[in-house]
Amino acid sequence: MPWIVKNLWLIPALPLLAAGLSALAPQRYRKFSATLAIGAMIGAFLLSLCAFAHAVQHNGHDGAKEFFNFEWLQFAAGDAGVLKLGWILDPLTAVMLVMVTFVGTLIFIYSVGYMAHDENFTRFFTFLSLFAAAMLGIIIANSLLLLFMSWELVGLASYLLIGFWYHKPSAAAAAKKAFITTRIGDVFFFLGIMWLYHETGTLLFYDDGAGCLEQSALAKMVAQTTCAGIAVSAAIGILIFIGAMGKSGQFPLHVWLPDAMEGPTPVSALIHAATMVAAGVFLVARVYPLMAVHIDGAAVETVALQVITWIGAITAVFAASIAVAQNDIKRILAYSTVSQLGYMMIGLGTGGVAVGMFHLITHAFFKALLFMGAGSVIHGCHHEQDIRKMGGIRNYMPVTFLTYAVGMMALCGVPFFFSGFWSKDAILHAAHGWSVSHIPFYLGVAGALLTAFYMTRQMALVFWGKYRSHVSHETQHIKTPEVLAIKSEHQPHESPRSMTVPLIILAVCAIGLGAIGTPAWPWFQEFLGSHHEEGFTRDVVRIMMVSGLVVLVGGGLGVGLYGYVQRKRADEPDVLEKLPLGIHTWLAKKYGIDELYEMTVIRFNAWFARACAFLDEWVWGGAVTLVSYLMLGLSWLSRAFDEFVINLGFDQGCERVSKGGSLLSRLQGGRVQIYLRVIGVALVVLVLFLIWGGGK
Amino acid sequence: MKGLPILTLLTLLPLLGGFIVVGMSDRKLARRFALGFSFLSLGLALGLWKSFDAANGALQFVEKHEWIPSLGVQYFVGVDGLGLLMVLLASIVVPMALLVSNRITDRVSLYHALVLFLQAGLIGTFTALNFFHWFLFWELSLIPAFFLVRLWGGANRGPAATQFFVYTMVGSVAMLLAFLAIFHATGKMDFIELAAMGRDGSLTSALSAKLGWYGLNTKPLALIIFGGVLLGFAVKVPLMPFHTWLPATYAEAPSPVTMLLTGVMSKMGVYGFLRILLPIFPQQINWVLTPLLWLAVITIVFSACAAFAQRDLKRILAYSSINHLGYCLLAVFAVAKFTNAPEFATEKAAALNGVFLQMFNHGLTAATLFMFVGFIEQRTGGLRGLNDFGGLRKAVPVFCGLMGIALFSSLGLPGLNGFVGEFLIFKGVFPLTPWAAALSVLGILVTAIFILTIIQRVFAGPLNEKWSKLPDLTLRERVLVGIPIALMFVLGLWPRVVLDVVNSTAVRMVEQLKF
Repeated sequence: MPWIVKNLWLIPALPLLAAGLSALAPQRYRKFSATLAIGAMIGAFLLSLCAFAHAVQHNGHDGAKEFFNFEWLQFAAGDAGVLKLGWILDPLTAVMLVMVTFVGTLIFIYSVGYMAHDENFTRFFTFLSLFAAAMLGIIIANSLLLLFMSWELVGLASYLLIGFWYHKPSAAAAAKKAFITTRIGDVFFFLGIMWLYHETGTLLFYDDGAGCLEQSALAKMVAQTTCAGIAVSAAIGILIFIGAMGKSGQFPLHVWLPDAMEGPTPVSALIHAATMVAAGVFLVARVYPLMAVHIDGAAVETVALQVITWIGAITAVFAASIAVAQNDIKRILAYSTVSQLGYMMIGLGTGGVAVGMFHLITHAFFKALLFMGAGSVIHGCHHEQDIRKMGGIRNYMPVTFLTYAVGMMALCGVPFFFSGFWSKDAILHAAHGWSVSHIPFYLGVAGALLTAFYMTRQMALVFWGKYRSHVSHETQHIKTPEVLAIKSEHQPHESPRSMTVPLIILAVCAIGLGAIGTPAWPWFQEFLGSHHEEGFTRDVVRIMMVSGLVVLVGGGLGVGLYGYVQRKRADEPDVLEKLPLGIHTWLAKKYGIDELYEMTVIRFNAWFARACAFLDEWVWGGAVTLVSYLMLGLSWLSRAFDEFVINLGFDQGCERVSKGGSLLSRLQGGRVQIYLRVIGVALVVLVLFLIWGGGK
Repeated sequence: MKGLPILTLLTLLPLLGGFIVVGMSDRKLARRFALGFSFLSLGLALGLWKSFDAANGALQFVEKHEWIPSLGVQYFVGVDGLGLLMVLLASIVVPMALLVSNRITDRVSLYHALVLFLQAGLIGTFTALNFFHWFLFWELSLIPAFFLVRLWGGANRGPAATQFFVYTMVGSVAMLLAFLAIFHATGKMDFIELAAMGRDGSLTSALSAKLGWYGLNTKPLALIIFGGVLLGFAVKVPLMPFHTWLPATYAEAPSPVTMLLTGVMSKMGVYGFLRILLPIFPQQINWVLTPLLWLAVITIVFSACAAFAQRDLKRILAYSSINHLGYCLLAVFAVAKFTNAPEFATEKAAALNGVFLQMFNHGLTAATLFMFVGFIEQRTGGLRGLNDFGGLRKAVPVFCGLMGIALFSSLGLPGLNGFVGEFLIFKGVFPLTPWAAALSVLGILVTAIFILTIIQRVFAGPLNEKWSKLPDLTLRERVLVGIPIALMFVLGLWPRVVLDVVNSTAVRMVEQLKF
């Protein structure tokens, strides 16, 4: 077995070690923990490159999947009672490893600048390293259990990082919301794992033919059906997918992701844009054989894949439409992330692993770029996040502006030069060819239109026009020296090098990465094992034209509404508020989903908890109290019976006896005179009796 | 250690210690002696662990002597993997509790003596295999616990202690009567022999042959006897709705005593289910299995929800204890459902191993959590309301960090000990009773909610100015909590430490479970 496969565990172990060491370090060891975290991450990156090189070299051979399994515990007799864990190196792992460690390293470096003034700097790098370790654990896992364990740890790290500024109640609430919402998905995921374990007897993905994703296990699962005629494999697949929905913010479990923006911006970039939220997509890609397996000959799409596609399509449009009406720079990006994750799901559902994963990789780069750019803007604007109060920032922060523009065009999918175009195009193409329905395709196109629109709006408000931070209705015409001084003091400034250099590197990737997956040279798709040698067929070109046109229309609308007529003041109403039927209000309120959950699920939970507590205190507790009172009553009764029936009779009896006794006892009072008197009287009586009667 | 009556020693050592300590007038000396004895027990228990033959699932270190032959009473002790694990747990939790008992200043020697008596009762319960002296120890553990709550408890200790005592006593009396009936019918008090009778069904027939109560036929009669034993254990675990004594008792008892109550005493009930109820009454459990499964599910879900509604940290953790032990009962009942199904041997063994792990893990984690609550009570003059604090992470970061680990262990986070037990339980239960497993995962979800609520209210948010001067954990306290937390990591990452020792016991238990 090659060295790198056997020692793949080192990749997550390095950041884990860094996390452990800096957890034990005191707060003042700032440099130590940052150096350690970045060093470990660079080490993991280099190892990932080795793994990647190995996977590329090895690809095409028989065993493209190399794995190492070991026994973790034994819980019953025999082989069936052995639980194994393991890791795997295949193209999917290799690609993800390189992406996560590369983006991770950049974000770690960026954080040094961004978090420089935070008092909990050391803790921040502890949590970041913990996150990286858990995420890498998910990627290398060759066992659904190991994947789940890492998955939960990723959730923990995300929880800790969202709530990093714990003194803010909103951050603490957002952290809790994120953990619990994702855990709702995880509960189903957990059941899916149990079911899979029961059906296949193993949780290893690949194990020389005995793994749960290999032919014999899949054939067994697809042959059985459960309720409503769904194959067992599909039912398990759907349960696992619900877990992925939680993590990847798919509708209706998306509510936590926008709130997660309470965390520091590097966290949003790393966890809630580039890597963790993509873990759900990765999970689906990993268990794709399970999702896609169908009975031989039946050429229909499986139920699991249909569910994935529909959920993805709904999410893509739904979230994009909300992003249109948001004003917080990070929230717009957050909804954009939700929407893009929806695209990835469409890609997985309709086109397979390669299509979905390609978008995952390109998105990771440009979305990390966008978030870090947004962080740079926020940093430069003195922690202002409202895009209505920005404007004209391109003059103050040129590097940020240029790199952000690259990220924005990649996200919109501007044709040919940006990676986002190629990966999104592959998804639309796959959706177009889907045999079940064309609706996901149209939803995808609509989402693309909205994406181009809201990103143009954001660009226009943030970077074009004039800086509006202190221009409100009252102050816009005042030009006294004091106000001008305040204005110039509060002018935005470009961020330090540790923040801009990562931006530039990511921008280069956001442009260049598209090259590895174009229809002309689909290296990426072939590496991930799908056969995709269409080239520029008529169909492909047609879809490209459509998507190019859509970007043009969306971007044009954005420029028309927000670019030409710049808003003058921060508190002006939005152009879209003129839309009929209060559409804008609905969008701005995110369709009221949060409120709906507040009114239903959360209220029900609180009510049920109170009901349980009531039941406990008054019903169960009441029953016990009742029994105890009954017992008390019984004992009172028995005491009363004792005292008034038994004791009374007894006492009366006793009284008589004692009276008789005292009567008798007078006879033996001990007084000799009485004795003598009695004896005397008796003698007299006896004598008289004898004289009288004896004489006869 | 061959030939040494080590189990008898283990039981008698704390008893002896208790008698020595109770007469001491010097507080410090009494405390030191008590600690010394508890560490001696821990050493012995570790020795026992080391010389235990893990490959053998049968009883080991058996000591058997005739005692009262005419009554079938023998002195009969021995441990298998389960008993061993429980002895070790008791020997770990008692020194933990004693070490944080430095807040007790009133009648110190009596307190320490009672704790040692309690330990003797616990170890006796976990090793005795004849009903006669097993029951003595069972009761012996109850009486010191009553006085510990009654004399050193909080403001409402009186009613709480009485409720605790009467409740458990009712259960004990029911059990005693049931066993007297069994003895009357079979002439046996030996658990192992009774289990053999339960397996081949001769117990039921013997009962109906000997006891002709009011013309009751076999089934109801056996059920009544079974119900008596069940009640005794159900109160102790507890199984809803026999749990109402628990929150009040846990909340009113001083924190070290709560550590003992939840850490070890609650395991007596589950132990009883595994050692006595399941082997002796496999048939009877099956007659009422569906209601029992429902009760287990209700215990799991309702207690988690009730915990969410509480506003007192101790009461939250008390309900959380009910919830965690509910999983154990769920697994026990699921195993009982398929008593005669060899094709489910793997699942049943998984569930039983999960129960063993869960018992140990819960003991460790819950005791540690109550230790933390003790620390916070000590610093704030007895405050422990959910809303009394806020932002403590700023004032006492080490406390929050370490307690956070313990809380996440209780939540069942992978990598910490709580997860493995729950995973194995569900691994076993899901194939056996899918619906009960599916309903019970709700408990896992709600547990996450209330534990995160604790963190949110107590640790996060703006710092409550009142507590800005709160002292963080001292070095001594850090070491004290550091050891169980290190154990949590070890058991979470490498559960074989325990599983390799208990697995053969679980496998054997599954083999012997049939009728």
